[in-house]
Amino acid sequence: MATAEVHPLAATREAVGPTLIRLQKEGNNLVVVDADLGKSTSARKFRDEFPERFFSFGVAEQNMISAAAGFAAAGHTVFATTFAVFAEHAFDQLRMSVAQPQLNVKLVASHGGVSTGEDGASAQSIEDIGVFSSLPTFTVCTPADVVESEAIIEVATKTPGPFYVRTARPKTPVIYTDGAQFELGRAHMLRDGGDLTIVACGLLVERSLRAAEQLAKEGLEARVLNMSTIRPLDVAALEGAARDTGALVIAEEHLSYAGLGGMSAHALASVEPVPMEFVGVNRYGESGTWSEMLELMDLTPDGIVTAAHKVIDRK
Amino acid sequence: MTMVIETQQDLVELTRRIRRHVVQMVYDAKSGHIGGSLSSTDLLSVLYAKHLRHDPGNPSWHERDRFIMSKGHCTPVQYALLAEFGYFPIQELSTFRKIGTRLQGHSVLGKPPGIDNSAGSLGMGLSFGLGLRLAQQLQELDESRVWVLMGDGEQNEGQVWEAAMSAAHHQAEGLVAIVDRNGIQNDDFTKATMNSEPLHEKYEAFGWTVLSDIDGHNLDEIDRAYDWARNQRGAPVCLIFDTIKGKGVSFMEHNPAFHGAPPSDEEFTLAMVELAE
Repeated sequence: MATAEVHPLAATREAVGPTLIRLQKEGNNLVVVDADLGKSTSARKFRDEFPERFFSFGVAEQNMISAAAGFAAAGHTVFATTFAVFAEHAFDQLRMSVAQPQLNVKLVASHGGVSTGEDGASAQSIEDIGVFSSLPTFTVCTPADVVESEAIIEVATKTPGPFYVRTARPKTPVIYTDGAQFELGRAHMLRDGGDLTIVACGLLVERSLRAAEQLAKEGLEARVLNMSTIRPLDVAALEGAARDTGALVIAEEHLSYAGLGGMSAHALASVEPVPMEFVGVNRYGESGTWSEMLELMDLTPDGIVTAAHKVIDRK
Repeated sequence: MTMVIETQQDLVELTRRIRRHVVQMVYDAKSGHIGGSLSSTDLLSVLYAKHLRHDPGNPSWHERDRFIMSKGHCTPVQYALLAEFGYFPIQELSTFRKIGTRLQGHSVLGKPPGIDNSAGSLGMGLSFGLGLRLAQQLQELDESRVWVLMGDGEQNEGQVWEAAMSAAHHQAEGLVAIVDRNGIQNDDFTKATMNSEPLHEKYEAFGWTVLSDIDGHNLDEIDRAYDWARNQRGAPVCLIFDTIKGKGVSFMEHNPAFHGAPPSDEEFTLAMVELAE
């Protein structure tokens, strides 16, 4: 059973550049396009190894995305990298140039969530998963740790079609110390329990494990699902959790109604409706450290425990 | 079947047939964009007949030139050309904009084969073409080129200038922007809606090799401009053609009413008389 005990720290964004280098060395036909944030996304490392396959488009995300679609139309697997908030700049380009023709563009955006803390509300990406999930041909994933980040980049490379992958800035504990368990479109059960299920994605997975440990001390056993693929959602896993545990808490570093929370409720409503509570963002943030932002928004183990109590009371 | 254009008369005849198809399609569909299709009919007929390296029998031929229709509302002229060149049966043109058709109102990549981009939202084609061209360079497809058709109203879009900046930055020789400068956009004349001029100086300032004031209805001038563009080195090329919106149908010419509206029954009859052999 996985726990959130002390593990090495790493940021999910750190996997991007090194993994792309490895995948290109293994014979994939990659191109990486960048909008002047390659140092932060780690994509710039790819440039050092494969300068002829790395294209800077400057601070111009719309042009970058349509150009990425052009590279894909010529046969390349294209990774487009920037920050999550700036990727939204190119929504229509992603819609018409990428999503509709289903071109092989992988948008890997860093600094998702409120983890850009001090930069303030404009830099905090709380809408991206909803925005890109609204494109029906996109696969949307967010890793829970750096190990899963590498696995998602690899699967995205080998799976045709548009992807959105949200990575994050802060160094967070490694969960998958024994190797990734990522399977596209499948939730991964990190812990089983019969009293409720906590469904989480991204950096809230580790916090959900800590919440589950707190709950266990009270005698409440929580199943914890890492829903690292948000689209297509693993409806079977949600349905099973609803049937087996009768109550769900959905935890994410994102607007709840537009993210994993809203999509899970939508999926369950017609198959296995059960009481649900949502731990997520519901307003724009402000300047502060990442942990201060998480406290402010109740995206904490304590916040998840409180939601767990509420949902169990409603069973 | 690949059409062969051997004589100047063949080419003139092709442009006449294309214009008839355009008017017929928009009339049948009761919607569509006649004006900008007619203004670019000569530009695209010369391109498809004499310059674009393409193979209607093998639309996905990897080394082909790519033609990118950035002004994606002008599908009638491109569909008509693809049909004339044998990409699909001419009878299929009558399905334009109708339920179940492959010929949607605005371009959809691969539908039908021969359409190399999706378009409709303006301003994206030059960026898409740039990506294609840089990929061709990476793949050392030295003979291949990318031709992107844009409207002059489309020059309002900021993304066009992002693409212009980056194409010069990346020295995207072999990328040819074709501007169909017909002077009219959706609501009104471009000078009233949003004046994008001076286009020549703007593209030049962005680092492009530019040729402008070309008569976009003179088949020889168009031919020479494309020849010249194909052989330019070191920078992307912009060809700015002066055209007439609605060209070929007297009452549609220079008339903003025929940007996106279909002809009435009477107008259709008159137009087909004017476009008769």
